[in-house]
Amino acid sequence: MLQFVNTLLTGLGQGAVYAAFALALVLIWRSTRVVNFAQGAMAAFTTYLALLVVESTGSWWVGLLVALASGLVLGAGVERVVVRRVGPHNELGAVIVTLGLFVALQALASILFSAQFRSFPAPAGLEGFPIGDVTIALTPSMLITIGAVAVVLLGLVALFRFTDVGLRMRASAFDGEVARLLGVPVGRMLTLGWALAALVGSLAGVLIASGSLVWPAYMDTVIVNGFVAAVLGGLDSPGGAVVGGLAMGVILALVTGYVGADLVPLAALAVLVAVLLVRPQGLFARTAARRV
Amino acid sequence: MRRSRRVRALAALALGAVLALAGCGAGGRPDSGSGGGQSEGSTVGITADSIKVGSHFPLTGVAAPGYSEIPTGTKAYFDWVNANGGVNGRKIDYVFRDDAYNPTQTSQVVNELVLQDQVFAILGGLGTPTHGAVVDFLNTEGVPDLFVSSGSLLWDQPQKHPMTFGWQPDYEVEAKILADHVAKTFPQARVGLFLQNDDVGTDAERGIRRYLDKQIVSVQRYTPGNTDIGPQMSALQAANADLVIGFNVPSYTALTQLQGLKLNYKPQWVYSNIGADPVLVGSLLGRFSQGQITDSSLLNGIITDEYLPRADNPADPWTAQFDAIWKAHGDGGPLTNFRIFGMSQGYAFVQALLAAGPNPTRQGLVDAVEKGGTQFQGPWAAPYRFTADKHSGMSGVKVVQVTGQTTKALTPVRTTSNGDAPIQDETGGETPVPPNGIPTNPGA
Amino acid sequence: MATPVRPTEKAGSAPRSGREPGRWAALAARLRPRATFARHALLALVALVVVVLLLELTGPFRNSQFATMSYYAIAAAGLTVLTGLNGQISLGHGALMAVGAYTAGLLLPAGIPLLVMLVIAAGITAVVGVIVGAAASRLKGPYLAGATLAFAVALPGLAIHFDEALGGEQGLAVPSPRAPGWFADAVYFLSANETSSAKFLAYVGWTVAIVAFLLLANLAASRIGRIWRAVRDDEVAAELAGIRLSRVRVLAFTVSAACAGLAGGVLGVVVRLAAPTGFTIVLSISLLTAVVLGGLGSLFGAVLGSALLVFLPPAVTNLGASAGLTDVQSAQLAPFVYGAVLILVILLAPGGVVGTVRARWHARTTAPAEAPEERTGRS
Repeated sequence: MLQFVNTLLTGLGQGAVYAAFALALVLIWRSTRVVNFAQGAMAAFTTYLALLVVESTGSWWVGLLVALASGLVLGAGVERVVVRRVGPHNELGAVIVTLGLFVALQALASILFSAQFRSFPAPAGLEGFPIGDVTIALTPSMLITIGAVAVVLLGLVALFRFTDVGLRMRASAFDGEVARLLGVPVGRMLTLGWALAALVGSLAGVLIASGSLVWPAYMDTVIVNGFVAAVLGGLDSPGGAVVGGLAMGVILALVTGYVGADLVPLAALAVLVAVLLVRPQGLFARTAARRV
Repeated sequence: MRRSRRVRALAALALGAVLALAGCGAGGRPDSGSGGGQSEGSTVGITADSIKVGSHFPLTGVAAPGYSEIPTGTKAYFDWVNANGGVNGRKIDYVFRDDAYNPTQTSQVVNELVLQDQVFAILGGLGTPTHGAVVDFLNTEGVPDLFVSSGSLLWDQPQKHPMTFGWQPDYEVEAKILADHVAKTFPQARVGLFLQNDDVGTDAERGIRRYLDKQIVSVQRYTPGNTDIGPQMSALQAANADLVIGFNVPSYTALTQLQGLKLNYKPQWVYSNIGADPVLVGSLLGRFSQGQITDSSLLNGIITDEYLPRADNPADPWTAQFDAIWKAHGDGGPLTNFRIFGMSQGYAFVQALLAAGPNPTRQGLVDAVEKGGTQFQGPWAAPYRFTADKHSGMSGVKVVQVTGQTTKALTPVRTTSNGDAPIQDETGGETPVPPNGIPTNPGA
Repeated sequence: MATPVRPTEKAGSAPRSGREPGRWAALAARLRPRATFARHALLALVALVVVVLLLELTGPFRNSQFATMSYYAIAAAGLTVLTGLNGQISLGHGALMAVGAYTAGLLLPAGIPLLVMLVIAAGITAVVGVIVGAAASRLKGPYLAGATLAFAVALPGLAIHFDEALGGEQGLAVPSPRAPGWFADAVYFLSANETSSAKFLAYVGWTVAIVAFLLLANLAASRIGRIWRAVRDDEVAAELAGIRLSRVRVLAFTVSAACAGLAGGVLGVVVRLAAPTGFTIVLSISLLTAVVLGGLGSLFGAVLGSALLVFLPPAVTNLGASAGLTDVQSAQLAPFVYGAVLILVILLAPGGVVGTVRARWHARTTAPAEAPEERTGRS
């Protein structure tokens, strides 16, 4: 029983990170109809910057702020300098560009920050809470992780539902031409979308690194699982991303603990195929098969 | 018809090219086909004042952390040897290339090393699947393939692969000696295994089960790259394993310790040599949580084994020597166990080269290792098993316990071999460091 | 091999007047319009000559690089047909190559001859392709990318799980076939060169590649190819014209998978090993980038793209080393340059090499008013 509870808790903690990562993908998809394969490498890059700051200031929170700020700048920069120039209706081109960014940024990270393992401090304790005479696999750091993801989700919902900026962003993504006619600065909205997404991605990067190890490729597993989570939930739905992320985290933890670590990727595939066969647009997509 | 004219022109062109090529040809071949690079006296890669040696390591990608330091150690050692006059007047030109731990790429870079760079030998190529992709090629080309950086049993096939030699104690030997110690010291322990899901884990489990089969209560595996090992640790805890043997890489030693903290799960840990690197693991653990784990105290009391000097033990004369070499020719980073590993391989290679005489050939080098390999002495704890019938590397390790910043020996150096070979205490003492840390000809 | 798949016809002309696409006699007649077929056959012959010239005039290391290039080219050709002609994206072709390579690892030690093995490898992978393609036929764009990505990551795990049969992490050794005597004699007759194993493997790889290219080029020029393009360009119109979309998609995926399997078989004998670490997601991504860099939908572009995969990284590494970087630094430089090249090509020459050259050519030869046709894959 304890094993089950602890496996579940570990899965939820991991799932929260997948959820944050999937949220970042969903944000970009909603704003520019691009799947950003460079998200993980961008997050790894900002996490390294945060690590430098944490090591020199000794404060995890200052590091987090630096990661978020640099994520914002990096996201906006990537949209302005690279993605915008790909041109419309070149979806495959956009995919290749983000793949190219992924490869180049990861290589740059190993050139600048070395390819060796480094440890990333945690925001709070790494010891599980004792309940009676057993200890459950829930730590203060994990609470911060889960809390941060919840805050981001609520913030995004509030942004899109209740603010003008959010409305303009949705309009720009839905139909750029019409939005432009209505006076929305579409270009700026798209940049903002990328910047916000990269910020959320940076958060995911710091959260998964905290109390664990970083190396240039440390986001690779998260990239795959986060992408699968986003697809699972439906790329248009932030709520779907969170549900998909948590589901992936829990399912993969249960498979690891009770079946075997070899079969984890296979389990991810099985879940994804099962869901997509029933709902080709993911679990929570609102519109049925919008033609692209 | 423009098209048909073009077609005819192309046809004419093709025919012409074939004829031209045939014109260059000899028409028939002489019978005395002297092919391949296998000729006895091959001296490819050697000149009067240089020897070219190649290797492949993961310098980028998932496996790069840690392993990419090994060739920097070897390179520093060879630079040191060159600065001291080289080997029989020849400077060693050491080239290592990146395979990203991908066998497809290994095959490409080793092709480049052998066919393009024309290396004399390959030294210390890393990884089981990666080196497995080139072992056949190296043997058909007749390239000495010395001291593979992998504890797999694959390198010991002298009939099939006469040019290939292992180096470190294979995982089975290491596991046997550790498991024997555990069985004697902790006869009541409920043993859990934490294994990397490749040949490291498979070979280790075979060795461990020889001594602890009845005591094992849970076997958990992990996939390198996936840092979430919470489920495996929960399973070990649920099985009430009070002693866990880990055959894993150093980063996973740090992760198991962190996860143990999370679950308040504190079994007696026994790590294989590759996983127990107190400098690396300690520095990884030391930086977590802003001082909550201040030093490598989490590792205090763990049991492991040694076969090379450790970077954290400056009292060892070998470590001191390697430190001096690293200070002179290193890249400014710290001396690590990975780098000592690389330097020791460099040492072994120089020794083999000396044994092959003043004018080494490829075959001569292999013969010298087969003939004198068991007598090669150096920083390693136990002798090699190299003979004409056996190409396995070191025969043993000593079991130690981490206490504070250093280690304490629990057993003398113990040796054994694969299968049901018995475990024995090694009688030879420690090897003194030769002047300058450069071996002298073992035959002289 | 210069057999560009020409993007000549647009959607409307493909399914002529509602006739059913399954009529074999009609289909066979259309399969090889005589001029096209002759042209392809001749180009194949020229390609063969080019291959012989290249392999005989270069050293063993270049030979081995050409051998490597051959299996990338075969797989990229299959992928360019799928993505460029039928508009389906796949991040899973690396895993399909694994199926071919493991077939080699299982069959060659059992004494099955090389050619038979290759045919079986293509066949088995085609069957896997039917299954994957059937699941994928309902998915589009990022959903298809996500599903094939998960497939690419999952499949190598099978080899570790069933380590008794498939060799686990260390993989299956593939015995490398030796050049038969008559072959070495023929080469010697032509050029007075000995046949190294690298050269023989390069000949095997490129012979297979040329045959595969010939088949693909003819397929693309046939009625089937036109139907694929019709589905890519306008699904609704194609469906109205009586084309059954999912069946067409599955067929495209199957053909593409067969190529990947063939490529995997060649990879097996060239690398002499089939191991899970050889078929990471990196391989699938490399194939996709090769296809796009060379020029989507063009077989010649697939060859150019695979040349880039093989020749660029060592060139960058050696350049870095001669510029005074350490071995580690120059190794890290290679992926950086590769990523940068990907970005630059898409930004500066979105049609890939072939697409851009073709657009220039069109701009020069046709009236300036007529803009060159912009071709991009839809997903």
